[in-house]
Amino acid sequence: MECQECHIRPATLHLTNVVNGQKTEMHVCEQCAKENGYVSYGQEGYSLHNLLSGLFHMNPSTVQGHKHFSQAQPTLACPKCGLTYNEFTRIGKFGCASCYETFEDNLNPVFRRVHSGNTKHEGKIPKRMGGGIEKKRKIAAYRESMQQYIQAEEFEKAAELRDKIRSLEQQSDEREEGES
Amino acid sequence: MSLEKFMSDAISPWMKENGPDCDIVMSSRIRLARNFENRTFPLIAKAEDLDDVLNFFQDSYQDASFKDRGQMQFVRIADLSPIEKKVFVEKHLISPHLAEHAEEAGVLLSESEQVSIMVNEEDHLRIQLYLPGFQLQKALQEAFEVDDWLEQKITYAFDEERGYLTTCPTNVGTGLRASVMMHLPALTMTHQMNRLTPAINQLGLVVRGIYGEGSEAQGNIYQISNQITLGKSEQDIVEDLESVVSQLVEQERQARQTLTEELSIQLEDRIFRSYGTLRYSRIIESKEAATCLSDVRLGIDLGYIEDMPQSILNELMVLIQPGFLQHYANRSLSGRERDVLRASLIRERMHLENN
Repeated sequence: MECQECHIRPATLHLTNVVNGQKTEMHVCEQCAKENGYVSYGQEGYSLHNLLSGLFHMNPSTVQGHKHFSQAQPTLACPKCGLTYNEFTRIGKFGCASCYETFEDNLNPVFRRVHSGNTKHEGKIPKRMGGGIEKKRKIAAYRESMQQYIQAEEFEKAAELRDKIRSLEQQSDEREEGES
Repeated sequence: MSLEKFMSDAISPWMKENGPDCDIVMSSRIRLARNFENRTFPLIAKAEDLDDVLNFFQDSYQDASFKDRGQMQFVRIADLSPIEKKVFVEKHLISPHLAEHAEEAGVLLSESEQVSIMVNEEDHLRIQLYLPGFQLQKALQEAFEVDDWLEQKITYAFDEERGYLTTCPTNVGTGLRASVMMHLPALTMTHQMNRLTPAINQLGLVVRGIYGEGSEAQGNIYQISNQITLGKSEQDIVEDLESVVSQLVEQERQARQTLTEELSIQLEDRIFRSYGTLRYSRIIESKEAATCLSDVRLGIDLGYIEDMPQSILNELMVLIQPGFLQHYANRSLSGRERDVLRASLIRERMHLENN
């Protein structure tokens, strides 16, 4: 098997990452592994961070199949903290909240790999964001189950949910009016 | 401001209480990573920015009291001596990372040392909450209370899609790391941990040694935590971890029973040899001490040793660490000096229990 990075030397290192049963494999030669930081020698094996920054490097070539993508990115920099995309892929860390928007286009594959396929937050929401987001989520969840009831022809239950959605929507309308 | 309170005892006040399943699960921990909106994350922030965050935090929360937790105390890491820093790390009050990047870092501690909020770690805030034994759900609820309390004065970096925004992509979303510290001597002795660890990893959980990433399982103590923080609610993350921990508790109990049934005399021999080593040795390295302490603790749990408290493992595991020994000696010590002092402290502590 040839190295999937340089396509010249034979792949001598086979790295497998299994998270929640999802398997990603890398087949690389030792030199590329060192250069890309998949492994670090001398310390305690390879650390998660090295592996992580390796994942960033890997995106363009494995996802897109060619390297133009990565060459277009180096000029990209976060307007707020100044972190460049190059730097970001090297350290594998964000510089500020705005980096998430700046590098948005390249983040999903990384998050998917690190968080076993997930890209979207579930769970706690800051109180300061108001109940707005929470309400939106609730309404979306009600809508979904309402559709299921309709398909199952359980119209009474669907109507119940419809009323719940209406009252939630009214609540937020009233609040917005009250605030303005 | 007195540091003495945090420095004098090897175990934090909360550790002296017993929790559910505390013969196997030593403690439960919840950590939440949070950042300020509109401020550069600590990793690449300028010193002035870090100072701003630190000062804001100190002004807002020094001596503040939160519910029934008494007064919170704020400590600047730069004010700690190198030995004090080590002790704080050994007691898990701060992370090694915080101790190393100390210039503009701080920690807010509750009286019982149950809540510790690190400032300017990898993220602006790292909220930690500990409970004794196996009580992850309760720890999560209490950590949320602390989070809500802080949020009254702070606007967090949060995105509807991505959740709480963190420096490292491995923490984004909930920013939650839930973990338990488990004492698993029987599973280790029967070589089952080697088999179980990869299986646990497959479930998206991580198994580590007592002092976190890269550390070995000193004294058969393992830390088990979640890896995934995005796309799963805090509740689900904690439930998944709980179900694995419950199974491990069950397996460890079974292994202990098998050992006592099939290898009773060998087990008893091993326990009492370790007991003798701790009781009488004059020079002891930390690794040997940890192994013996684990055996003795198992002996207490299984009823072979009757006149010792269970908490002796938790307490002595911290007491025998280099930082604590040097704090006790009040000066820095060479390796050999530490081994001698360690042996003498352990002897003293065990003697105390026998009278």
